[in-house]
Amino acid sequence: MTMPTGNTTQAESPKPVVNLDIRDDYQTRYGFSDPEEYFMRAPKGLNHEVVEMISQLKKEPEWMRKFRHDSLDIFLSKPMPQWGDTEMLNSIEFDSIHYFVKSTEKTGRSWDDVPDKIKKTFDRLGIPEAEQKFLGGVSAQYESEVVYHSMREDLGKLGVIFLDMDGGLREHEELVRRYFATVIPPSDNKFSALNSAVWSGGSFIYVPPGVEVAVPLQAYFRINAQNMGQFERTLIIADKGSRVHYIEGCTAPTYSSDSLHSAVVELIALEGAYIRYTTIQNWSNNVFNLVTKRGVAHTDATVEWVDANMGSKLTMKFPCVYLTGERAKAEILSVAFAGDGQHQDAGAKVIHAAPNTTSRITSKSISKGGGRASYRGLVKAYPNATGCKVSVECDALLLDETSRSDTYPTMEIASEDVRIEHEARVSKIAEEQIFYLQSRGLSEDQARMLIVNGFFEPFVKELPMEYAVEMNRLIELEMEGSVG
Amino acid sequence: MTDNHIPFHCEDVHVSIGEKEVVRGVTLTIRGGEVHALMGPNGSGKSTFANALMGHPAYTLTGGRIYLRGEDVTEMDPHERSLRGMFLAFQYPMAIPGVTVANFLRAAVKARTTDEAEMKGFRKSLLAEFERLEIDPAFATRYVNDGFSGGEKKRLEILQMLMLKPTLALLDETDSGLDIDALQIVSRGINHVAGDNVGVLLVTHYQRILNFVQPDFVHVFMGGRIVRSGGPELAHELEEKGYDWIEKEVNQMAGVS
Repeated sequence: MTMPTGNTTQAESPKPVVNLDIRDDYQTRYGFSDPEEYFMRAPKGLNHEVVEMISQLKKEPEWMRKFRHDSLDIFLSKPMPQWGDTEMLNSIEFDSIHYFVKSTEKTGRSWDDVPDKIKKTFDRLGIPEAEQKFLGGVSAQYESEVVYHSMREDLGKLGVIFLDMDGGLREHEELVRRYFATVIPPSDNKFSALNSAVWSGGSFIYVPPGVEVAVPLQAYFRINAQNMGQFERTLIIADKGSRVHYIEGCTAPTYSSDSLHSAVVELIALEGAYIRYTTIQNWSNNVFNLVTKRGVAHTDATVEWVDANMGSKLTMKFPCVYLTGERAKAEILSVAFAGDGQHQDAGAKVIHAAPNTTSRITSKSISKGGGRASYRGLVKAYPNATGCKVSVECDALLLDETSRSDTYPTMEIASEDVRIEHEARVSKIAEEQIFYLQSRGLSEDQARMLIVNGFFEPFVKELPMEYAVEMNRLIELEMEGSVG
Repeated sequence: MTDNHIPFHCEDVHVSIGEKEVVRGVTLTIRGGEVHALMGPNGSGKSTFANALMGHPAYTLTGGRIYLRGEDVTEMDPHERSLRGMFLAFQYPMAIPGVTVANFLRAAVKARTTDEAEMKGFRKSLLAEFERLEIDPAFATRYVNDGFSGGEKKRLEILQMLMLKPTLALLDETDSGLDIDALQIVSRGINHVAGDNVGVLLVTHYQRILNFVQPDFVHVFMGGRIVRSGGPELAHELEEKGYDWIEKEVNQMAGVS
């Protein structure tokens, strides 16, 4: 992906900085850690022995074993990306990471099967409670592997498959082999190659033709160990005319040394199918989050990415949709919150490769306390993609003068019949807005909080109610310090 | 003059915008149950005065004191003045995108009560005020002033005033840009708020609203000062003759030809 030089905007107003401590509360709520006791852990560093060990341990078929080794060669031969935050990227110490950590011997089908210590962690994160209340299925990954997995019986009876990726490969090898890495090949980028070599865990979902999964399926990813690399791999196939909503959440303890999270997510929406993929990412500030996400929408199909980027040290994530069938639709809605020492390099990619396809990208970011948020986007239309509609809207809010926002929008339109709407705004909270709210009895901090909540509202209202509540709580957490 | 029954009193207030002095020594008392009209030509400083009383950050109070119910609020932040009963209906209310009218008002009401019961009754009283102002209840889910017409913005200001129940209501040109129907509805809201313990200051350019909200006192504001005060008849005189004659008289008195 070619990335042009873009526009950088830094706030210049001499407005006094309001002292809001970022993520004060992360430590107590999410940043806790368990003692590291493992069933199995690979030594630090990455080489063919580690890859071989992972594949042997998982008792994988030969084609997957070879796929991993080939991918490692690609990873080792590819240079680091030359664009983006190269300084941060080059600070990743690949040799000091554990690429595989197995914390328990088997995957539990009920929470009683999950070791107490790990179950407590998920209890504290509220997963079993959410499962009972409103989810159709839950997958809970701890370090490299899924420790708990279940799906509602009725969905199973309809032929819905929801397994961890390792289980998917074991039980549905043909289906996996047919689609795995077809959307994101190992050679796509250095980190997709890395994931392909050492992937473990993640979700495998197949929805049969015409089946509508009315309740969301959720996966929760937890990193506990220090210097840990988590490389989950997710593949979702929605067969003709089916519908599914998948939600993922993630957290990690706060450590002084860095962890690496590098997932690959592939979505395939066959004719007339609908997939929504919602992410509420809430990593601690020591996690490098370098993720490749891409979906393919066939004729009349829809792929939607709803993506919240909170936390992490550096996030690079540009959810992508290939519109390969006529009248296919892509919707990418993302928000990012960048605080002190953080760079949220997020955005979207859409490729219009068929006539009458539609895409809408909405990106909203907030930077504060010296944080940096970037929007990086590509919209491409091939010559045959006639009658297409493209809408891109980027909205950045800077909360103080030390923070930064950049936009790198790219349009490569080879079709002559495309309607494009593009809007980009960088704003600050107006003094008049604060005064207006203060005149109604809200303190300055409460006023800012309300404005920030309003800024994210178009995103939050897309979430299921329970997640909207959680999301608002996370935003509050980000703003916390002097908000009473 | 710091009686704790008197909703509002200010003493020799001076206000500057940047280097320029816009309000040049205003002393005013508003007792409970009184409606005062502050009238003046454009650029006379009357809006600046009202905004400065609320604590607008762009206006600097260079002299004078402001009292609410006998308490000196001169150094207080705008929200502290609000919590002590002051309310300003804005001439140009700000849009807060993404924040619904209901959530905004809930936050504002919550800021001034520790009474759980009052919060429980919030929805009901909101709907009652909608009805009083003939506002569609769907208004509650719209974003504050975002894409509102001029008239809708003014109604929302009055709605907020009714919900927050101030003891001093400052209304900055609330009548401007309203058709006669809207003006009557807005006036109904103001008359409802005005009561024995409440003081009202209507800042306006025109006499029109005073047909619906009966003032007890009319003050003429010019060159950053109150140059004349009188009863309701003064407003009618202004309506007939305009502001020029007062300006001439004032200049003559000051010895300026």
